[in-house]
Amino acid sequence: MATEAHGADAAHEGSGLVFHPMDQFIVKPLFGGTDVHWYTITNVTLWMAIAVLAIVALMVLGTSGRNRVPSRVQSIAEMAYGFVYKMIEDVTGKDAIRFFPYVFTLFMFVVFSNTLGLIPMSFTTTSHFAVTIVLALAVFLTVTVLGFALNGAKFLGLFWVTSAPLAIRPLLAVIELISYFVRPVSHSIRLAGNMMAGHAVMKVFAGFAAIAAVSPLSVIAIVGMYGLEFLVAFIQAYVFTILTCVYLKDALHPSH
Amino acid sequence: MEGNIAELGKFIGAGLAGIGSGAAAIGVGHVAGNFLAGALRNPSAAASQTATLFIGMAFAEALGIFSFLVALLLMFAV
Repeated sequence: MATEAHGADAAHEGSGLVFHPMDQFIVKPLFGGTDVHWYTITNVTLWMAIAVLAIVALMVLGTSGRNRVPSRVQSIAEMAYGFVYKMIEDVTGKDAIRFFPYVFTLFMFVVFSNTLGLIPMSFTTTSHFAVTIVLALAVFLTVTVLGFALNGAKFLGLFWVTSAPLAIRPLLAVIELISYFVRPVSHSIRLAGNMMAGHAVMKVFAGFAAIAAVSPLSVIAIVGMYGLEFLVAFIQAYVFTILTCVYLKDALHPSH
Repeated sequence: MEGNIAELGKFIGAGLAGIGSGAAAIGVGHVAGNFLAGALRNPSAAASQTATLFIGMAFAEALGIFSFLVALLLMFAV
């Protein structure tokens, strides 16, 4: 984060912006000091904990009543459950329902982190590659281990495309192998990049709001961007989950 | 306005990486447009294909995000 702080200083001198748009992504320790160790409680830790507590509160409060006519909280919990359940059933197949707890946990964590990050002055945990790469690597390792455990050597058939002519199969195998190992990178960077870009754009417009001449225009632009960002926050969580389902499908049915 | 040539190259490179974002926008628009064209011909089959639509969009968009990442790396990390 030291380089970002330097960039911020440079921007303060050169441009007219009051703050640097990337300042919001700096990880700061909560209780004094500037050093960040693996055990330091930072703003990332705080907002992750808030996300987890919010999910627990929603699901516990939502399912404790068990009314026949659901209350608002109960219907939100039921909708989230049904949404992910149907997604796994449609994309991966009925036999993948045993992975429902994992996929549901991923979806809820990502969607709550994304939407909590939209609260002004909050911190978007999913805008950091360090957070999303862990989620993506967990999916990647699960798929690889599961694929070999369930199918044995047949899992390698994923890279040997039998529907293609024999002559180009070795070339396809190399391409498939590369695309397999790029998966965790693209999986994580898609989420973090979208979150980071959206929040940086909003901060840039917020910087323009300080200039009197364009202030009304930039406030309107921020309102519009905010609506778009809310949509993006949900869609990116959806995409992250559905790609997890697609990758799980490869582990369960490796034949093309 | 003093600076070294490496600084200049960094900014030019970051700007060039921005072209990738535009190309990804074309790709995502192509996916959505073709989906809509197909969906208007056969609306009853459209609902079952929304998952495929989002997967296709995600794959097209990923490469644009890569170019955005390259721009960010040039600006802040290199």
